[in-house]
Amino acid sequence: MARKKECIAMLLAGGQGSRLGILTKNIAKPAVPYGGKYRIIDFPLSNCVNSGIDTVGVLTQYQPLELNDYIGNGEPWDLDRTNGGVHILSPYQQIEGTSWYKGTANAIYQNINFIDKYDPEYVVILSGDHIYKMDYNKMLQYHKKKDAACTIAMLEVPWEEASRFGLMFVDDDGKITAFEEKPKVPKSNKASMGVYVFTWQKLRAYLIDDENKEGSSNDFGKDVIPAMHEAGEKLYAYLFDGYWKDVGTIDSLWESNLDLLNPKVDLDLNDDDWKIYSRNPIAPPHYISPAAKIQNSLISEGCTVEGTVDFSILFANVDIEEGAVVKDSIIMPGTKVKSGAVVQYAIVAEDAVIEENATIGERPEAMENLDDWGVTVVGNGVTIGKGAKALPKEQVAEDIGGAN
Amino acid sequence: MRANNVLGIIFSNAYDSALSEITSLRAMGSVPFCSRYRLIDFPLSSMVNSGISKVGIITKSNYQSLMDHLGTGKPWDLSRKREGMFILPPFHEAQTGIYKGKLSSLEGISKFLQHSKEEYVILSDCNVVYNINMKKLMRFHDEKGADISVVYKNGKIPKLSNMMCFDINEESRITGITVHDEAEGEGNYSGNIILMRKALLEKLIAEAKSLNLRSLEKDVFLKNVSKLKIYGLEAEGFFETIDSLQSYFDISRMLLDPKNMKALFNKDYPVYTKTRDDMPAIYGLDSDVKNSLVADGCVIEGTVENSIIFRGARIAKGAVVKNCIVMQDSYISEGAQIENVIADKLVVLRPNKKLAGAETYPVYIGKDIVI
Repeated sequence: MARKKECIAMLLAGGQGSRLGILTKNIAKPAVPYGGKYRIIDFPLSNCVNSGIDTVGVLTQYQPLELNDYIGNGEPWDLDRTNGGVHILSPYQQIEGTSWYKGTANAIYQNINFIDKYDPEYVVILSGDHIYKMDYNKMLQYHKKKDAACTIAMLEVPWEEASRFGLMFVDDDGKITAFEEKPKVPKSNKASMGVYVFTWQKLRAYLIDDENKEGSSNDFGKDVIPAMHEAGEKLYAYLFDGYWKDVGTIDSLWESNLDLLNPKVDLDLNDDDWKIYSRNPIAPPHYISPAAKIQNSLISEGCTVEGTVDFSILFANVDIEEGAVVKDSIIMPGTKVKSGAVVQYAIVAEDAVIEENATIGERPEAMENLDDWGVTVVGNGVTIGKGAKALPKEQVAEDIGGAN
Repeated sequence: MRANNVLGIIFSNAYDSALSEITSLRAMGSVPFCSRYRLIDFPLSSMVNSGISKVGIITKSNYQSLMDHLGTGKPWDLSRKREGMFILPPFHEAQTGIYKGKLSSLEGISKFLQHSKEEYVILSDCNVVYNINMKKLMRFHDEKGADISVVYKNGKIPKLSNMMCFDINEESRITGITVHDEAEGEGNYSGNIILMRKALLEKLIAEAKSLNLRSLEKDVFLKNVSKLKIYGLEAEGFFETIDSLQSYFDISRMLLDPKNMKALFNKDYPVYTKTRDDMPAIYGLDSDVKNSLVADGCVIEGTVENSIIFRGARIAKGAVVKNCIVMQDSYISEGAQIENVIADKLVVLRPNKKLAGAETYPVYIGKDIVI
């Protein structure tokens, strides 16, 4: 029996993130690289540690190899603990047979034994889809003060975007009075962030109920929370007002990366009191050559920059040759951009090679029809041949041959 | 010989006095180098990459910063249940006092040597910047049937005390040793990476102790040059000895040449160091950076040329940094200008301050100093 914990976290990291296209072909969404050296999952994991939560179950299902490898024993996040720490929880075989995680609630249901081992008062449910810095402990204190069964982190979103979210109606005390799931015409702009604090004994009972309910999709948002609401449990909303972004699409991933270069955006990753930890690459400092021109960019260790880099993010070990131009783009680890190549408005995945004079992406100003414009994506390990072209919105998963 | 049958010993304080400014607060081993490393990272990573799994680090004084850097040895994969990293401070037994030199420190760790199961031992200092495959030295030692093998370099002899220089014959055998304190000119000088059987080292230490001898170089190696088969293996790749503040400055800036950078950092032989979890370096809108090495955690909004910038250093708008070494978390304010300066950790240069040394005489600013 493990020592009792007041609060533990369960991190739902099994999602495919299909809207990220070829970027999640071989990796789960939480393992997608972000911000020059991080992966999305570094944010919830670091938030946990910084909030004083030292026991985290990570539920994996889709393409878990890279994610499992990345999390390892949890050492980069200080989660290699004798008591607690990080645990990878994959679906497993049971006496009744094997079952995949059917929904978010079912994933937790299948791991009731894991949670019970720590006998916690509270459980925080997180997802590996968002970029944000948040003190879960403050939310937990709020949950305790309100004596709630469930507290949902809530964010005010712009009205025009509200229809993309699960929305809530809240009274003056912060109590949730009604829900609205992605309505066409939103009547509230208070969106759920997908961060929940539950009183464990309550949640445990509702998870078992939900599992026995026929036709349930076993989802927190669709089934468990509405059931708690109907039964008259106290559901509260906790207002969060910092930076939060769902990086579920190519455009939002691109935007959120470049938000790091915007001084007006409230997301400081250099804050010594709220570090975002990650598995660090082992690489020497980056080298900027006499010919290089760098403006408004993030550059990681191991890079060699001899060309022009403007408003872009270079992950570790990227080479930008002399005469190459990278603008408004995100270049993931180990990629080479050769002389004369131009990369604009693009995400280039790991270990790709952009040969001489190739062109990736286009500026929106240069488009005749703006509907054809979008961020270009070059997949993992892809080679774009000499002088070849990758068009806006294109997702290049196979090598493109070049002129000889 | 198998690499896991070799014990590594690193002298973290050797030649501290050659870099007295930077080592006034720390041991030679923890002197910051190349934007994100400490000097001890180089011998330690070379040993680990060569398959050595047990390393003793001899410390004498000023070792708090070194211990902080090394921690449990985790970044070098030396935090192990068996073997791993051992820090060997003085005064660890009632009869050992402060070490006076290499020989006395080796005497001091005689119990550690005795209890180590490895058959061989490799000794290394920290003031030589290298990244070598020590398996090559092990093979060389076996092939030559040597008693002692030493890595040497041909070139301008570093001006260090007790510097060994070798006469080497065609079979790579060292036939003569001279020991200098302020050597002039060129020659085959020792890189102080020395391999021998542990039993031989223990025997040599015991003999020296019984005769009350003091110098490893003069009393042990020099005296035994004809009795023992001592062989020299010429160093390959980047292999530079720091013997003064000037040479620290010059060797640091040698790495601004990508050729040297490639020679020192090799994907198959990574150099490990303590992680800081800094974000990648931020280049601001008006930044102008040329021919420089920059680490994670830096924020650069000014002009930087021919310089080495360490983790967490900030160069504000309008600041100009030329031919400088700016160490961790230092801050060069708006409009400040520095040239040929070595700024230690946490230095602050106030707005519009100007400070310049010469290329042949860099100015050193001590840790935590505000100008």
